[in-house]
Amino acid sequence: MIKKWFKKNKPRKDLPFFWQNYAKSFEEKLPEKVSDTRFVVFDTETTGFDFKQDRILSIGALRVENKSIEISDNFEVFLKQTKFNPETVKIHGIIQNERFQKITELEALKKFLSYIQNSVLIAHHAGFDVKMINKALGRHGLPKLKNKILDTAILYKSTRIATNLIDREKSYTLDEIAEAYNIDLTDRHTASGDAYITALIFMKLLSRLSKDKNFRLKDLFKN
Amino acid sequence: MTNSIASRIADFLSDFPPFSLMERSHLKLIANEVRVMYFEQGKTIFARDEQVHNYFYIVQKGAVDLQKVDDSKEPETIDKCDEGDIFGLRPLFAKENYQINAVTDEESVIYAIPLDIFKPYAISNPQVGDFLMESFASNTRNPYSNEHRGKLVADENEIVFKKEALFELQPIPIIKKMVTVSPDTSIQKAAILMTNRKVGSVVVVEEEKPVGIVTDVDLRELVATGKFEIKKPIGKVMNSPVICYSKGLTIAQAQLTMMKHNINHICITADGTPNTRVKGIVSEHDILVSQGNNPAVLMKAINRASSTKKLKRIRSKIMVLLNGYLKSNIPLTHISNIIFELNDATIKRTIERCIAKLDTPPPAGFAWMSLGSQGRKEQLLHTDQDNALVFEDVPEEKLEETRAYFLKLATKVTKRLNIIGYEFCPAEMMARNPKYCLSLSEWKEQFSQWVTTSGNDEILLCQIFFDYDISYGNVKLTNALSDHIYEILKGNRNFLNRLAAQALRNPSPLGFFRQFLVEQDGEKKDLFDIKKRGVMPLTDAGRLLILEHRVKNISNTSARFEKLAQLEPNNKELYQACAYSSRALIKFRTRQGLKNKDNGRFINLEDLGKEDKIKLKRCFKTIKEIQELIKLRYEATYYL
Repeated sequence: MIKKWFKKNKPRKDLPFFWQNYAKSFEEKLPEKVSDTRFVVFDTETTGFDFKQDRILSIGALRVENKSIEISDNFEVFLKQTKFNPETVKIHGIIQNERFQKITELEALKKFLSYIQNSVLIAHHAGFDVKMINKALGRHGLPKLKNKILDTAILYKSTRIATNLIDREKSYTLDEIAEAYNIDLTDRHTASGDAYITALIFMKLLSRLSKDKNFRLKDLFKN
Repeated sequence: MTNSIASRIADFLSDFPPFSLMERSHLKLIANEVRVMYFEQGKTIFARDEQVHNYFYIVQKGAVDLQKVDDSKEPETIDKCDEGDIFGLRPLFAKENYQINAVTDEESVIYAIPLDIFKPYAISNPQVGDFLMESFASNTRNPYSNEHRGKLVADENEIVFKKEALFELQPIPIIKKMVTVSPDTSIQKAAILMTNRKVGSVVVVEEEKPVGIVTDVDLRELVATGKFEIKKPIGKVMNSPVICYSKGLTIAQAQLTMMKHNINHICITADGTPNTRVKGIVSEHDILVSQGNNPAVLMKAINRASSTKKLKRIRSKIMVLLNGYLKSNIPLTHISNIIFELNDATIKRTIERCIAKLDTPPPAGFAWMSLGSQGRKEQLLHTDQDNALVFEDVPEEKLEETRAYFLKLATKVTKRLNIIGYEFCPAEMMARNPKYCLSLSEWKEQFSQWVTTSGNDEILLCQIFFDYDISYGNVKLTNALSDHIYEILKGNRNFLNRLAAQALRNPSPLGFFRQFLVEQDGEKKDLFDIKKRGVMPLTDAGRLLILEHRVKNISNTSARFEKLAQLEPNNKELYQACAYSSRALIKFRTRQGLKNKDNGRFINLEDLGKEDKIKLKRCFKTIKEIQELIKLRYEATYYL
């Protein structure tokens, strides 16, 4: 499958240098074993849920390798945006003239790509965050993310037992899973905080899904 | 770049020594370099003879056992670390390899603190250094003896393990939480204070110096008899002077002093005389508690527990108790009864606390039912929580409001039980599920429906809900429910036949050549599922037969078979064998679970000795026989 991707996405010389660097990282094949794989767990805070109109305010990410997180290695950026939605301020608390140092959208994307490289991306309800990032990339004339993606909401569903007694189609929120796994909900609704909670959930999910020491990456995508 | 996770980690660290002794700015720098590690239950963080890591560790969530390893013998837990405890300090002081094992006792999140970042702060802040030295030395203490941490072992490279035998010579545990009053406080006020704080004694102080002590006994002998009125000052009835010691007092000394003076409380002061500040109080009860292996004491501790965290700690002590019982080969019936009572008390205490936390008292009478293994009094290890709630019938217009209250209560209770160690039921069979939080009439209706439309799901639900035990609340409600169940089962042969078919769905686990049948595929391939193939067939058989005999209020499988042996003398031997097998299998599973730190369900046959294999085979022969009996008695084959 990886090979096929490459044929489709031949390195385009017209794209900026940082993108080419990012694209180049995919020449390296992903490891077979889950324990050797580098995962990046991330979350975005946005001005809303409209992919066209709304903008990313902040991205938080952490690297998970062999069920550990190096805190020094975390990623957290706040973005300068002209769009402002007082409704969502209630949720994420990021106001327009914040004391955080803010960078431009392009700068943030640049940093994010160089951080993630070819890692497997993890997010809760990943579809939303990935699309938000892809939309932002598109605004700067860049292609979509090339990474493999896993969704903790879907992985969690596959750990639920097969019985008619529960609603198996139910979609689980981050809070519900965190409660089931006894994870503290501090810093909820900050990109970094949510990424950290998602990372803890992901590690717990891995142990519930893995069948043995040589648990392969391939198997993880079967869920 | 900002790092808000690091700030949260710094917040966590700042609650626990030695980090609490450090400056916030330094803590942030350290937090920034922390490695967050996740471990499943039973995983080794480091092992004896392993080269020391570049980190030391602090438990953020979960629990870690420190184990002493003697070649040949099984590892012995010498200490248990939970939230906020540090361990693995050896590399801070010595270059040799680790001398003990650190193994997770439950699923854990551990913060690894890098030594090269941390060390400069430890050196520059003598308080931090001292604390670490003391912890390093005392990390070798016997886990449940409560030896305090402030003691230095002369040679820190030499690990000396304290034996139980030396228990008496260890320093006494001091209870810091004590109630003090001034001599002119009224007797009544002091008694109210003692009741609220749930203590048996109160220290009378003047300028923080102890002048007297009043215990429950004094209140009985001097006040309840009418000798003193409750309005009188407490100073009139206090025992004075107070027997005081300094905190170096050993347990043996304390016991002797108590016997000599015929008292059961000793006051601990700064210098051991009544002329200095009171530091704490030691009671006979505390000394018993410090032994930690006494069910009566654990029970008291449960009923006094004022936080979920405390209940969780007590639960880990219950596991130590269980391990000890199994090792000394105490009959399983006794073990089950004791562990059941302790579990039951834990659940009761949790519900009690949750009710107190809600704004209003329950709007109607209710009963909390434990289902499944806890309902059958067979829950020894940490297993899932299965529960349900029944409340009194209320007028139609009040129904949803009432249900909402109980759902709120159940959500609180189940959440706390989860923290204590009873995991959420994966099938959501819990009282917090609106489907299982019903009024008495709704439950009756529900059971009728399950029994009449008995598809496979309904049969499964019946099997779970027929084994219930009231954990809290009004027993009249659960009795009414039992009566109803027996009423609708009267003459319902069809339902019993279906139940019989279910009881036969897991055939006896011995293959044609008397080999064990192991799991064929999936992650448990080649392991033997003792729950599915051993425990469940017996449980199902017992339930079916007892339902037919319409015997109420016996939900324990072994007890059910004992009862059946009385009721059907011609099958006495088989039933007795079933009762025995049920106990043997549960014991087996529990032992496996404790050894492997899991739920004991899957057994690797290669790990078993010959004797165990023979024992298991004998149990399975019994299962085969009881299944034959069921096949003949019920027309189950139609449904297979």
